[in-house]
Amino acid sequence: MKDMARTSTILPLRLEGVGYSADGTPLLSGVTLTVPAGRRLIVLGPNGAGKSLLLRLCHGLLDASRGRVIWADGSPRPAAQAMVFQRPVMLRRSVRANLAHALALNGVARADRAGRIAAALDRFGLTDLATRGARLLSGGEQQRLALARAWLTGPEILFLDEPTSALDPGATRTIEEIIRGFSAEGMTIVMTTHDLGQARRLAEDVAFLSRGRLLEHGPAAGFFASPATTEARAFLSGDLLW
Amino acid sequence: MADNPFLAAFGLIAQADPALMQIIGLSLRVSLSAVAIACLIGLPLGAALALVRFRGRSGVIVTFNALMGLPPVVAGLVIYLLLSRSGPLGSLSLLFTPWAMVLAQTVLILPIIVSLTRSMVEDLWEEYRDQLRSLGSTRLRAVPTLLWDGRVSLLTGVLAGFGRASAEVGAVLIVGGNIAGHTRTMTTAITLETNRGNLGLAVALGLILLTITFSLNGMAFAVAQWSRRRGG
Repeated sequence: MKDMARTSTILPLRLEGVGYSADGTPLLSGVTLTVPAGRRLIVLGPNGAGKSLLLRLCHGLLDASRGRVIWADGSPRPAAQAMVFQRPVMLRRSVRANLAHALALNGVARADRAGRIAAALDRFGLTDLATRGARLLSGGEQQRLALARAWLTGPEILFLDEPTSALDPGATRTIEEIIRGFSAEGMTIVMTTHDLGQARRLAEDVAFLSRGRLLEHGPAAGFFASPATTEARAFLSGDLLW
Repeated sequence: MADNPFLAAFGLIAQADPALMQIIGLSLRVSLSAVAIACLIGLPLGAALALVRFRGRSGVIVTFNALMGLPPVVAGLVIYLLLSRSGPLGSLSLLFTPWAMVLAQTVLILPIIVSLTRSMVEDLWEEYRDQLRSLGSTRLRAVPTLLWDGRVSLLTGVLAGFGRASAEVGAVLIVGGNIAGHTRTMTTAITLETNRGNLGLAVALGLILLTITFSLNGMAFAVAQWSRRRGG
């Protein structure tokens, strides 16, 4: 269902010279890029490169110190976007109640919630866990719940901040399949990872960051075949950059 | 009455002595009312203090923290002056009524509820902030979420408040007057009956008070354990 890509009202997302400083220290500088609708963009780079920061700026959790984050509909922070964190915070209540809470925050009428929750539980394989305390779930189950919670709100674009960094290979595979499913339905994906194998498996486009600067941005095949910068070449060959 | 105060006390409890029951009933009504009022005011106020930034916020926080140690007799004296016939609230004729005691206990409990709620909500907001904002929550909308998710910690705070209220004697003595059948609570009765040498009734009330305190804390502990087992 790549239809969503064609009908998106908030995409493309454009970043113009975006920078962010904390206590006078620049952590991200001059990032300019466009995220078109329906693409799967993987943000690559070593730890501390500014990957998570970039996602938080795009998602609207932080305000840029310099430059602009521009959504196609002109709003500062459109509703049709969601984010899944590396360690998602689950409310101290059941799986079902976590999903209901997300729907309530998005203004979904109480009468409409049960059906949507049932659909989410079914899709993400959580039906048998519906009444379980969300914090009692395994890491992989919690990440599936986080994805279900994000999906329920009907995002056109989903930001994923290293969603599998704490998971075993089996859980990682499940999460990657879910992400591919989202993508097949037309959802735009922007995901950070420092796992090169995962980046090769998932990326359509790559943005490569190092020391707070966007060094490369383009189709994944080109990036992996012939990286343009020394830093990217070193990163791809497994050298220690810092 | 038996010479042994403990035997006398058990006798009074076993017979469900009407005077004893009346005192227990009034004490519970006063303390539970005070806890309920303090919660109604203190939970949202504590949450607001945790989440809203304004000029003088630190001063308000320090004041509430300091008031947790407010001497009950001072609170009683202030409320006495407010409610006395010549005081600003004298026209309400509340002095020496159970409502005056509710007011006194509320004043004593409120800082505990506010301070513990603020501390709990602040910690929880630190943990939840990005996730809740990501889901579309504002600070205001986060308040019920944070209060519910902090319910186990809050229960401890509410119990601490009830403990302070039910164990308090100075303030309720000043504003209630310890009038038999009207404003005599367990603590004021224990004080009076001990002075009179009527140790049976005093011991009976003491045992009941201890039983209530242990029962409530036991229940709170069980609820907390149950909640944790369910991932709460």
